[in-house]
Amino acid sequence: MSGDNEETQTAEETSVEETEVQDKVISPEKAEEAKLKARYPNLGNKPGGSDLLRKRLQKGQKYFDSGDYNMAKAKIKNKQLPAAAPEKTEITGDHIPTPQDLPQRKPSLVASKLAG
Amino acid sequence: MAGPGGDMQWCFSQVKGAIDDDVAEADIISTVEFNHTGELLATGDKGGRVVIFQQEIENKNQPQFRSEYNVYSTFQSHEPEFDYLKSLEIEEKINKIRWLPQKNAAQFLLSTNDKTIKLWKISERDKRPEGYNLKEDDGRYKDPNSITSLQVPVLIPMDLMVEASPRRVFANAHTYHINSVSVNSDNETYLSADDLRINLWHLEITDRSFNIVDIKPANMEELTEVITAAEFHPHQCNTFVYSSSKGTIRLCDMRASALCDKHSKLFEEPENPSNRSFFSEIISSISDVKFSHNGRYMMTRDYLSVKIWDLNMENRPVETYQVHEYLRSKLCSLYENDCIFDKFECCWNGNDSVVMTGSYNNFFRMFDRGHRRDITLEASRENSKPMQVLKPRKVCTGGKRKKDEISVDSLDFNKKILHTAWHPQDNIIAVATTNNLYIFQDKVN
Repeated sequence: MSGDNEETQTAEETSVEETEVQDKVISPEKAEEAKLKARYPNLGNKPGGSDLLRKRLQKGQKYFDSGDYNMAKAKIKNKQLPAAAPEKTEITGDHIPTPQDLPQRKPSLVASKLAG
Repeated sequence: MAGPGGDMQWCFSQVKGAIDDDVAEADIISTVEFNHTGELLATGDKGGRVVIFQQEIENKNQPQFRSEYNVYSTFQSHEPEFDYLKSLEIEEKINKIRWLPQKNAAQFLLSTNDKTIKLWKISERDKRPEGYNLKEDDGRYKDPNSITSLQVPVLIPMDLMVEASPRRVFANAHTYHINSVSVNSDNETYLSADDLRINLWHLEITDRSFNIVDIKPANMEELTEVITAAEFHPHQCNTFVYSSSKGTIRLCDMRASALCDKHSKLFEEPENPSNRSFFSEIISSISDVKFSHNGRYMMTRDYLSVKIWDLNMENRPVETYQVHEYLRSKLCSLYENDCIFDKFECCWNGNDSVVMTGSYNNFFRMFDRGHRRDITLEASRENSKPMQVLKPRKVCTGGKRKKDEISVDSLDFNKKILHTAWHPQDNIIAVATTNNLYIFQDKVN
């Protein structure tokens, strides 16, 4: 592959020497990986795995399922009931829109500026 | 780039689009494509609009001829939709445009968003009929009793009108997001590919499509890779390739079986396992695959490089070009700002001797395969005087920055060139920045 611009040391290096030359030994890619793991310690080890791909496949999804949608509709209906304790910062439920609330996505009526 | 035939010097020709920095999302260019003669240049944007430019040649015989591309037609190809059943927002963004080879006076192109492919007919009207018997010239119907003689209507010239009309709508065949369409060399069929499936269509038939590749696992938890791009071979109508998010390319032969889940060839470069990192798979994901015009090679683009593969050799590419290797030591921040997922495209020149791809800071790169030279150029309004020669750019990776060099940390990662196109015959290129289209041409054309 094309990442061979850093020299890779052999295993014969003593551990002392290894730590000393650590910066030179680690490829830039692995150094970046270490940086990322330091910032996000909970990051799983499988980056290209299902989670990332499934996020990609679900692009554009607004609701989880029809149950989610109906719950949201019911919540709106029950809004006149006494509200939950104001300390509750959980806002997920209230922000799920219904089709009536969704801004009407009209196509661009303005012509492309490339044609200007 | 120097060569035995003389220097290739790229000059600014035109720029299309608004100058202001405040870019409306709809104006983000999402695809650029020349037609088969290079006379027409189409762009698609995030707002679902297509703009077609036509080349008007000022004296091709002159040594410094300037070809101007002017607006020919523009239309709204796709509109935003909301699938209430699946609760899915469908973007109107045009993912790909592919031209059909011209068969008659009209031009045809396929344009696609995430879910629906449309066949558009672009036709010219430069004559209109005059002298109807039953109608006045303004359209009002005549009183039949007032007609005493017959006349033959004549066609008289009028100002050129270019009309775009949707001739076919190929819908409801993709559960996932369409990333590619490719017209077959048989000029009757085409393929459309989404993240997990590839379908084969006939251009005349919209209510049926054949699924030819399906990589969806029975259990979605087992999903390990997705399809990122697909293309038909330029001459062999039975052959197509598709690339994956894991950096592999599969070549399939439709004669082998109806469902091409089993590849005929698997192109994959072996990786040194000791080099593997968190980022390895992400940066190996292929964002574009393109056959060479002669059909002997294919080119793939992954995050940091461009690779040329000989179709007869599956175990490694024959050429590898580093686009912006200096980004390898910036992968952490590029992951955090999502730039590591940017999908760059690539293209061949007419005779397959040079390949081109985009980068950040509105830089784009060209690799001359024969002369083993590469060049970095910039698309910017500062270098936009007519026929101004573009100066090569250089990114400084080490400590001491020379004059005219730009350091890696100064690169603007919001200015990305994802889409470029090369005229099929001449040295004319179209380079799309976020919302502007630049046209450059070789001085000695």
